[in-house]
Amino acid sequence: MTITETLGTWSALFMLLAAMTYLVAFVAFAWDMASHSRTLRRAEHHSRRDEQLVGAATAPAQVNSTAGTTKKADDSRPGLGANERGRGHKPPTRAVLAEHVADSSMRYTGERRPAARAALTIMVLAFLLHTAAVASRAIAAGRVPWGNMYEFATTGALVVAGVYLAALLRRDLRFVGTLVSGLVVIMLCAATIGFPTPVGPLVPALQSWWLVIHVSIAVAASGIFTITFAMAVLQLLQARRERAILAGEAPGMGFLAMVPSSQALENLSFRLNAVGFVFWTFTLAAGAIWAEQSWGRYWGWDPKEVWTFVIWVVYAAYMHARATRGWTGTRSAWLSIAGYLCVIFNFTVVNTVFEGLHSYSGL
Amino acid sequence: MTAGNPSRPSPGVRKAGMSTTASSRESSTARGAGSSSAAGLGKSDVELPALGPLGMARWAWTQLTKMNTALFLLLLLAVAAVPGSIFPQRIQDPAAVQDYIDNNPALGEWLDRVQLFDVFSSAWFSAIYILLFVSLVGCVLPRAAKHWRAWRAEPPRTPRRLERLPEHRSLALGGRDGAGAPAPGDVVADAARLLRRRGYRVAVRDTGSAAPSVAAERGMWKEVGNIVFHLALLGVLVSVAVGSLFGYKGQKILVEGESFANTLINYDSFTPGTNYNPDWLDPFSVRLDRFEAVFNRDTTDPRSYGAPLDFTAEITVQEPGAEPQPETLKVNAPVNVNGVKSFLIGNGYAPVIRVTDGNGDVAFEGPVVTIPSDGVYTSSLVLKVPDARPDQLGFTGLLLPTAVTGPDGMPRSVDPGLANPQLILSSYYGDLGLDSGVPQNVYVLDVEELTELNGMLSQSGPIAIDAANPVHELPEGKGTIEFLDVKRYVGLDIVYDPGRFGAFISFVLAFTGLLMSMFISRRRVWVRAAKGVDEHGRACTVLEYGLLARGEDPRLATEAERLSKLFTEQWGTADPPGDPAAHRSTNRAWSGPNHD
Ligand code: HEM
Repeated sequence: MTITETLGTWSALFMLLAAMTYLVAFVAFAWDMASHSRTLRRAEHHSRRDEQLVGAATAPAQVNSTAGTTKKADDSRPGLGANERGRGHKPPTRAVLAEHVADSSMRYTGERRPAARAALTIMVLAFLLHTAAVASRAIAAGRVPWGNMYEFATTGALVVAGVYLAALLRRDLRFVGTLVSGLVVIMLCAATIGFPTPVGPLVPALQSWWLVIHVSIAVAASGIFTITFAMAVLQLLQARRERAILAGEAPGMGFLAMVPSSQALENLSFRLNAVGFVFWTFTLAAGAIWAEQSWGRYWGWDPKEVWTFVIWVVYAAYMHARATRGWTGTRSAWLSIAGYLCVIFNFTVVNTVFEGLHSYSGL
Repeated sequence: MTAGNPSRPSPGVRKAGMSTTASSRESSTARGAGSSSAAGLGKSDVELPALGPLGMARWAWTQLTKMNTALFLLLLLAVAAVPGSIFPQRIQDPAAVQDYIDNNPALGEWLDRVQLFDVFSSAWFSAIYILLFVSLVGCVLPRAAKHWRAWRAEPPRTPRRLERLPEHRSLALGGRDGAGAPAPGDVVADAARLLRRRGYRVAVRDTGSAAPSVAAERGMWKEVGNIVFHLALLGVLVSVAVGSLFGYKGQKILVEGESFANTLINYDSFTPGTNYNPDWLDPFSVRLDRFEAVFNRDTTDPRSYGAPLDFTAEITVQEPGAEPQPETLKVNAPVNVNGVKSFLIGNGYAPVIRVTDGNGDVAFEGPVVTIPSDGVYTSSLVLKVPDARPDQLGFTGLLLPTAVTGPDGMPRSVDPGLANPQLILSSYYGDLGLDSGVPQNVYVLDVEELTELNGMLSQSGPIAIDAANPVHELPEGKGTIEFLDVKRYVGLDIVYDPGRFGAFISFVLAFTGLLMSMFISRRRVWVRAAKGVDEHGRACTVLEYGLLARGEDPRLATEAERLSKLFTEQWGTADPPGDPAAHRSTNRAWSGPNHD
């Protein structure tokens, strides 16, 4: 066997190991959710009893404010011409909710969560294996590891895990660990089962610096969108639970007690999505420049281009939603989810089913 | 920026209506009614005013320039683009559209009527983006005017109660060790200087009073970025329009040794922009000197053996009255002649063939362009010889660059390189129908009216000619065909797009604007100084300051800390900076503004 083949085999092996390790991390995260939220639920139960003594009368009256409509006569905090994005609850409502959700600053509190610690350690291990897999493939091929769908998916998953782990350094985002590790496992399985491709050279049309620029930024943007997708899902669940809490009903979904408020999730995913949108804008333009160089036109409405445009427009709508009355909160979360579904569609169906100039899937 | 008085919020005014007073008024109506469901997009959330045509127009304009409408139009645009990826599009592949219509006559005709094969030039798609851009202009221009005024105005008045701001701190200055406290007026002047150095624009207020203050603001470029971003999008649209009006695109196949002069008749296909006059074509010419294709010869990996690695065309460009200029053309590296770009988009083999007719005259001699159909360049060939006498001749078949005979006795190509080129052809005679005046595809031979001479199934078998056996005698004395050589050809796209540059500049502007708009923070700071007493009852100067961000700004607390540090460095303090209550409010501010 040649060096290339050996490395390629190693890469595949590492990839498999990484996928299995992520799977273990996923289980550990889920375990953490279950055990930690049981603890939290017990605390919640106590506080609910107190609440019935002091605050029960006010809670149902504020149900509407979850939808962001009640006018706040008592809130006179100044605003810059009322330009605030997002919605909020007035302090008493927030105090009620604070009992049931994690702190919105998403800082580490130093409380002991052995399952979460194990999950993180395993995830880091998986990430290292994954990095080794992608790197050995890149060395084997002698080029950047994003020349076909297998490589987009595996490198994309690496970016997802990397962005997530990097974000964990600054914020306690362990509550999305289950979703993120789950998505990474799915991406790796999809790559290995769906689009297996041996190491090979690039066709001339892909031999360009623009491949490095355009695709790396696209993969990075997709990684960010994956994380905000996970957060949007949690936001929707949390918003439902908050409504139930404010209505005085049993909230259910106890694991959400370890997740910050829907408002905090929305704020953070907005900022991440803003970065993702900037990346995607760049992807789109770099793609146009590359297309201009290799096909002589910067935009030709090839199916891949159509979907890149659709994704861009959906996220532009998302950026607007945050500044549009009636579109914050749940609706903007749905827009974020819609955007991500378009990203997935663009990657899977458009690459494999639609005929176009971008037929580099390697299938 | 209407909030002249920042202590009186008007939640969400700008959220619904961008900037016009009419729309803000209207959005407060919506809020008053307590409607939460985005207030319906297409339908209005106000009573239709009976105002006559002018009033109606104003009303329509107000509706169009609302944020809700922009959002709705954006989503509509996304949805409207989707069919463009599902159905074949004429701009992509007119033949595929025709196939689709032929295969689904009823549905196809109906789809065609609603322009689903021309989505991106359709009336409905155009309507959406034109409305969107009208909305954009109606949105952004008033916003720009407003920002211009805000820029020229001073930062807003200092609120009476700074402790209500999302970030609030206070410091007690002086009074320690019997030192005199600095005068409030001086403190404020120094604070103004410090803030200006941090990039704030400042206005000192109430000088000479007991509690002078300074109002400061930074991040005015954020809004500029937003406006530039939106206007630059308009620039992109205009540039694209310029390109499609005044540009052109043509295709030309060029065999090694051949030249191409840039005039209309020389193109294989030519698509002018709507307003392009072919007389404007720049009269240069291009000769293909040599074409080289490099295939993977690394035998270690059989799967990618023979895969194409590199295509290079050596060409000579000749402009009128200038020296011939040698150039290299590659797949991702076009050659630019005065803004007209030539792109290498295809390549293949052109076998050189000589056909002698039944009368013994040479009826055809030259390269015949073939179309590669797979990775080993199995290429299909069609040759029509209308000049052959007594009968016109036609040939169809394959060029196999590296021919091998398989175990089944069928020859096929095993490699894209020219190791053993062979032609496998059928031949026909009869009327080729070229004189009927109906234009014909050169790559298709309609054999229905012709009589077969050679063929896979015919008695005489197919023609198989190669270097060892270059000549084949046609049956019935119809002539001979001779395989002389193989040349390479390139397929060129020749494109002129005068909007390209404008589109690029617009994009750069849009991207810069986007970065500015997203990552600059707009903040206001108010600092007030007054005589007071510290917690030990000593006389001091109390420096109080509050910060406010536009939108959600998680780093507002960090900025407050920075200012605290600056101020303590400037004056030293009687007490550790800040009070615990202020720190608690920091957390609250992070979780977002307290407005609906
Ligand atoms: C071609 C269509 C449009 C696109 C792609 C687009 C895209 C965007 C994006 C990406 C942003 C967020 C980045 C930023 O703040 O600069 C934004 C913000 C904004 N857009 Fe648009 N926009 C379009 C049309 C419009 C229209 C028609 C309006 C007015 C009705 C509008 C009003 C605004 C406003 C007010 C903001 C700032 C929101 C804020 O302060 O958070 N845009 N737009």
